[in-house]
Amino acid sequence: MEVDTAQLDAIIEKYNGDRSYMLAMFQDVQRLYRYLPKQAIYHICKKLEVPFSKGYEVATFYKTLSLKPRGKHTIHVCIGTACHLRGGPNILETFERELKIKTGGTTGDGNFTLETVNCLGACALAPLVRVDEQDFGKATQAIVKKIIDEFKDEVKS
Amino acid sequence: MVEFKINGKKVQAEKGETILDVAKREGYEIPTLCYHEKLGSDGRCRLCIVEIQRGNRRRFVASCLYPVENDIDVYTDSEDVLLIRKTVLELLLARCPNSDTIKNLAIQYGVFDVRYTKDNDKGKCILCGLCVRTCESIVGVSALCMSGKGPEKKVTTPFDDPSEVCIGCGACAVVCPTGHIYIEDKGGYRTIWRKKFELARCPKCNRFHAPIEQLEFISKKTGVDIEELLICQDCK
Amino acid sequence: MNITLEQLDSISSRYIDVMSKYSKIIRVCCGTGCVSSGALKVYENLKRALMDKGLIDKVLVKKTGCHGLCERGPIVVLGDEEILYQSVGKRNIDDDITALLNTITENQIVDRLLYQGEDKGKKYISPKDIPFYAGQKRVVLSLNGIIDPEDIEEYISKGGYRALYKALLMEPEEIINWIEKSGLRGRGGGGFPTGTKWRSCRSAPGDVKYVVANGAEGDPGAFMDKSLMEGNPHSIIEGMIIGGYAIGSNQGFIYVRDEYFLAVNRLIKAIESARSYGLLGKNIFDSGFDFDIKIFRGGDAFVCGESTALMSCIEGKSGESRAKYIHTVEKGLWEKPTNLNNIETWACVPHIINKGWNWFATIGTPNSRGTKVFSLVGKVKNTGLIEVPMGITLREIIYDLGGGIRGDKKFKAVQTGGPSGGCIPEAYLEMPVDFDSLTKLGSMMGSGGMIVMDERNCMVDVARYFLKFLVEESCGKCTPCREGVRRMLEIVNRICNGEGKKGDIQHLEELARAVSLGSLCGLGQSAPNPVLSTIKYFRDEYILHIEEKKCPAGVCKALTEFKILPDKCTGCMRCAMECPVKCIKGAKKEVHVIDSDFCIKCGTCYDVCRFDAVMIE
Repeated sequence: MEVDTAQLDAIIEKYNGDRSYMLAMFQDVQRLYRYLPKQAIYHICKKLEVPFSKGYEVATFYKTLSLKPRGKHTIHVCIGTACHLRGGPNILETFERELKIKTGGTTGDGNFTLETVNCLGACALAPLVRVDEQDFGKATQAIVKKIIDEFKDEVKS
Repeated sequence: MVEFKINGKKVQAEKGETILDVAKREGYEIPTLCYHEKLGSDGRCRLCIVEIQRGNRRRFVASCLYPVENDIDVYTDSEDVLLIRKTVLELLLARCPNSDTIKNLAIQYGVFDVRYTKDNDKGKCILCGLCVRTCESIVGVSALCMSGKGPEKKVTTPFDDPSEVCIGCGACAVVCPTGHIYIEDKGGYRTIWRKKFELARCPKCNRFHAPIEQLEFISKKTGVDIEELLICQDCK
Repeated sequence: MNITLEQLDSISSRYIDVMSKYSKIIRVCCGTGCVSSGALKVYENLKRALMDKGLIDKVLVKKTGCHGLCERGPIVVLGDEEILYQSVGKRNIDDDITALLNTITENQIVDRLLYQGEDKGKKYISPKDIPFYAGQKRVVLSLNGIIDPEDIEEYISKGGYRALYKALLMEPEEIINWIEKSGLRGRGGGGFPTGTKWRSCRSAPGDVKYVVANGAEGDPGAFMDKSLMEGNPHSIIEGMIIGGYAIGSNQGFIYVRDEYFLAVNRLIKAIESARSYGLLGKNIFDSGFDFDIKIFRGGDAFVCGESTALMSCIEGKSGESRAKYIHTVEKGLWEKPTNLNNIETWACVPHIINKGWNWFATIGTPNSRGTKVFSLVGKVKNTGLIEVPMGITLREIIYDLGGGIRGDKKFKAVQTGGPSGGCIPEAYLEMPVDFDSLTKLGSMMGSGGMIVMDERNCMVDVARYFLKFLVEESCGKCTPCREGVRRMLEIVNRICNGEGKKGDIQHLEELARAVSLGSLCGLGQSAPNPVLSTIKYFRDEYILHIEEKKCPAGVCKALTEFKILPDKCTGCMRCAMECPVKCIKGAKKEVHVIDSDFCIKCGTCYDVCRFDAVMIE
């Protein structure tokens, strides 16, 4: 995966080259590339004068960061307590069935990555599904199907 | 001067010492794994836990880290301390069933059964962190780190690839308490952390000794000429 | 720009003047809950409709932060707490906008949009009529749902930043005295006396000190801090500046979960506007005191809610905890004295300064003063966010404010304190909710998450849920937590899969003790709580799972079989239609049958059957 070092340098600049903000830099890179490429970690570490191993340690510690490419749309099914009690696991299973992938995986056409997330704070609307930055509260089997159709079409156009 | 008690007996210590320092000096046996005289500790294994009482407050602390305090009562073998110790050993044995170090320690402290499914993918690594800290502070290249978190945590090089900065010195393997780290010298080459190093041949005795990369590193750091470093320790 | 009190007052007057030109103000709740129910569309459409009617200069439509009654969103409040409409735009947005316009122009109240309460004969018009609101005492949430969180001038017009002005005229010592006397205790779960913490940090040697606001809010089921950050970010900023002044720190950090992107945006905007008004930066109110705040986004790690792990994260490292033998108030961020408090704790500070420490001390109970925000979720009718005085009972929260159990099922337990807490059964519903009472029961108040469970929740599964969560979230540094919690999960998994053995409960209890005493930080130390409390109060359920391989709640799939009772089934076909895998066969008016080969045991048929014809075996 080719990374644009100019873009990376701009991100480093945004945080004044402060190594405390390495996590934030990684998150910004991920927003650009939909994951955190190895070369990006390497380049940022070199610029910040942080050992590559320490960058890797941070990159693998935090769940938000993905070292593997994600699909065009990431579906996050909340498995917080309220969502767990109000049918969250069933929703997750439905997505797995409909998309024919396991949690953590990406569909063959690269459209969807299915992941779980721990409590997005919309507990009153359990079970909650977040697709990219859009929330779908009180999710049902019907809403799962609707989400898959809606976002699949978006990808086509 | 700090005064407190260990197992009922009065002891004295300097401010800044740890309970472990004093206990060892006074002859009390407290097992440790992640503690190292030169590197200190960051309290990972929890094997050295002791019970501290002050008034009616009870605490369980890692003796390798806890600074000595006036008027505390330290117990190195109370019922709960033994429970923690045995649990830690049983858990480590379940994680590293092939480690002789752990097996021996476990037997020494009365742990004979492992009631859990034994792991077969953790090797002998107990995540004590000594290798990582050695590589970072003593050697200074930081080739190793602990990736991931929770039970997925493991000691490795970035992306499990051969490390660009590893000089093959093997200090990590030396400091490892269980012998988990694979290091092999064969046919003039050393393999460690999936990287192959060409070993230097001593011009005097013709033996292979240290990786050339390691000697180059030392030469750069200390200014000593590489020709001198090529001579092995025995022939110097 | 160095702002003065006079300028603050003139901003207020100007703002109030501008507002008085409107004949009506309509507030559309735009907290995350309502937004996901379509609130933004309601807001846009209403504005457009008012523009079309030429009313946009007379009627102001505002977006506010979380109102609390998320269950019934989108919530629209008309006027000054006059009328509350629920579920606006959910069924038909055009109809509802028309209805809103009617209310605005003709003063016609549209009954179908009113809150539907327990008393079917009663009309609940104003929020004050609704028990969910009437039972609350809103202090830190007082402006939530009222102000536009992105408008600093509105915050100022409601008295904002006056506490800061007052505090900067006091001596730091005096401020700490007030906080101590108020009895304020940390609202993040620890309950440590805030004044004592501030005092220790102030006395710690060193010129450079830091204050931190913990907005990690990792407890699943909790969203108190989120609503505060989204709904009234300035209250947090004001509290932190006061704290910084009292402690002797010039730099603050707000640590926010990255998932809370709305909260992050609101905080960034709030900090920028505070800076531009001279309320952050150099020489605030000409006092000679400088203070600024940086935002730090987290990375989805529950352990980073623990103060030492949080600080590790801010330092740019992985989020491992360290033992607190040397407290963070002495050596915290970059080894400097650091005072960390929860978001809600900081939000209490301006109120204490404005109204006095004795005012705060009169609310609540002697050892737990003030109010507390709770997120009431799960199987309760009115799920949402509430703020109540400490000392209120669990029963009052769940039944009076919460409206009781959904579907009028039977209450089973309430889980408090998140993964560090425990489950409390019916026998203790009269317990007051405060820092110490729940701890005596083997749970804890925690950060405020309150999850209500009914007969269809399995307590062994609840224990498993929390153990699984903690296994994944453990930082992995110390042996007891990293290894012990996953072995506890192993045992509970076996129990839920029908492979429980005699002696499992004792084994769990022994392992739990070792883990709680031997772990390095709070996460590991409290990890056994969910298991221990469910064993304590629901031992029978564990025994049923272990010895009889039964799950009475019908949750543990290996121990559950759903069967339709032929003599009760009326053939209404409801279960067949709702079944997600369509494994129920049966024509209309014919007895239905579940094909157990395809049944995924989700229990939907059991939940929807109106004739009690589905049995859990």
